[in-house]
Amino acid sequence: MSEGKSQHNFMTLQFAAKSENESFARVAVAAFISQLDPTMDELSDLKTVVSEAVTNCIIHGYDSNPEGIVKIEASIDGDIITLCIEDDGRGIEDLEMAKQPLYTSKPELERSGMGFTIMENFMDEFEVVSQPGSGTSIKMKKRIESKKALYN
Amino acid sequence: MNLHVDMEHHRHVLIVRLSGELDHHTADSVRLQLDEAIQRRQTEHLVLSLKDLEFMDSSGLGVILGRYKFIKQKGGKMAVCDVKPQVYRLLEMSGLFKIMPIYENEGTALSGLEVVS
Repeated sequence: MSEGKSQHNFMTLQFAAKSENESFARVAVAAFISQLDPTMDELSDLKTVVSEAVTNCIIHGYDSNPEGIVKIEASIDGDIITLCIEDDGRGIEDLEMAKQPLYTSKPELERSGMGFTIMENFMDEFEVVSQPGSGTSIKMKKRIESKKALYN
Repeated sequence: MNLHVDMEHHRHVLIVRLSGELDHHTADSVRLQLDEAIQRRQTEHLVLSLKDLEFMDSSGLGVILGRYKFIKQKGGKMAVCDVKPQVYRLLEMSGLFKIMPIYENEGTALSGLEVVS
């Protein structure tokens, strides 16, 4: 088996919009990425952004309705990991407002308003596409400074 | 449930040790347990010890900020201590250290709060 950097790999995951699935989503993505041999910091950054995006789908996309479905697509191209996390929920009306640090549309739920800021900070690329009434999709990329590369 | 809350009262200071993962799923239970303890006991100050907190996201930031407001409104102080690097980055990014001191361990946090109180 060759482990060339040109290798492409992907996985898709769909699950009920239930909060108990947040840790499952983090662990599943982390396990998929582990083939790139990421550092502990990279792994915890990726787990954090998955948690943020999935929580947004559940709380904001579906208003905590467990009938909603959250979809995660993860792919690996060489040392780049791409994550696409999406819902078919209510969408975001004012995206610029939503991206402001500390802004939250649900202060009554004690949300910190830091989700998008964290995703932007922890990933190399971050893009939100949202259509009010039909859902939100977040696409993020990060280059993994593979430990394997360091030792070679 | 993969989050455990351990609480200890030290004079008027409530020491809360969180272990496991603090996310949206576990946040509600932490919030309820802390608010109940703060109200039931004569808590003035709160020390949050995060030595064994393996994971936290922005839902955890919401819980910490919410308890800060609650304690502050009652005239008390709040501090965090023993924070792992992953959690530290989030606290720093959110600007939390502008409103709340951070200590190395529970001992220095307790004496720190007693000095300022």
